[in-house]
Amino acid sequence: MKTLISASENKVEALFDKRFGRAAWFCIYDEISGAIEFVENENVNASNGAGSKAAETVIAHDVKKVISGDFGPKAKELLEKFEIQMVIIQDDSLTIERIITKLRK
Amino acid sequence: MSYKIAIASGKGGTGKTTVAINLLVSWQRVIGEHIELVDCDVEEPNAMIFFPEAQKEKEESILQLIPEINRDSCTFCKACVEYCEFNAISLIPHVRFAEVNQSLCHSCGACLVACKHNAINEIPYPIGKVSSYKTNNGYFIKEGRLKIGSLMQTMLIKELKKRVSEHSNIILYDAPPGTSCPVVETISDTDYVIIVAEPTLFGLYDLKLMIKLTREVNLPFGVIINKSGLGDRQVYNFLREEGIQLLGEIPFSKEYAGLYAKGDIVDKASEGIQEVYKNVVAKLSNEIMQYD
Repeated sequence: MKTLISASENKVEALFDKRFGRAAWFCIYDEISGAIEFVENENVNASNGAGSKAAETVIAHDVKKVISGDFGPKAKELLEKFEIQMVIIQDDSLTIERIITKLRK
Repeated sequence: MSYKIAIASGKGGTGKTTVAINLLVSWQRVIGEHIELVDCDVEEPNAMIFFPEAQKEKEESILQLIPEINRDSCTFCKACVEYCEFNAISLIPHVRFAEVNQSLCHSCGACLVACKHNAINEIPYPIGKVSSYKTNNGYFIKEGRLKIGSLMQTMLIKELKKRVSEHSNIILYDAPPGTSCPVVETISDTDYVIIVAEPTLFGLYDLKLMIKLTREVNLPFGVIINKSGLGDRQVYNFLREEGIQLLGEIPFSKEYAGLYAKGDIVDKASEGIQEVYKNVVAKLSNEIMQYD
């Protein structure tokens, strides 16, 4: 199963980004294979619809769980439609690595 | 041709509607039946509160065309997604998901041009209503009322303005508060902007924003200070330093505020206040003469 984490940079030492649609990168972690992939957020500076575009990325990558700080109404609607689990973490001092370690446990 | 005046403020609650209604009353006495008040604050139109006896002469539902994607003819080529400036179209090929987000769509029609497979149709959705009223004492008022949940303020204001009578010599547009898109839409094609300000620090701050906007769209403007006697002299000093025309000053009156709260301000201004509005009308008539 794949999990997407909103990230500030494209490395595991990078800090977690609490913004979903406005995060610069998305880290996709495959819990079965252990593979970690970074996808750039093309819509980071879009004037409209960044949230729903991010949700599309989630669905396009067959991700089943998303970890971010919050989800806007349009992103939420789309993620709910595809029954994707939304996990909210409020601590943005965490690194991507730390979150993945927690997922592994 | 009609002369269009917007009544705007930046800050909310400074007295736009109060000024608009008093100008309507005062001006109509001068020029007769060819003046119209248009309430452009489509999110919260309030001018009609003061005319409970008014007859609704016409009501029109305003529709927004929103594209719908037919999944059977869609090839998921994403041409429409690339054309869409507002990120309103979601296409996810492997799950055959194709939807247009209503709250992001601006009905520009670009996706219809983009689609080469005839997979997009436009479906009308109501965004609000435009109503025309005539009051017992012969005032003509129009208002736009946005449907709750719709984000198409600007589109509704545009449609409202298209329906203003060609026979009006003067049209007063009561603008929404703030300085965002709906305000720009309200003032953009007018000939003059009346900015209603209150003499407080907050009032001064928002007055400056409104003046900046009015200068940006290159329109002549003047300021009416409402609730004078409250706050301090900073707004007055600012207007003097900038050489901005002070059209009039309306003293704060607790009694008048009480009437406003009861929705009873039409023809209730004291003689002193009536005089202020008469002077404003005279000053603006002067502007109009120069314009003609």
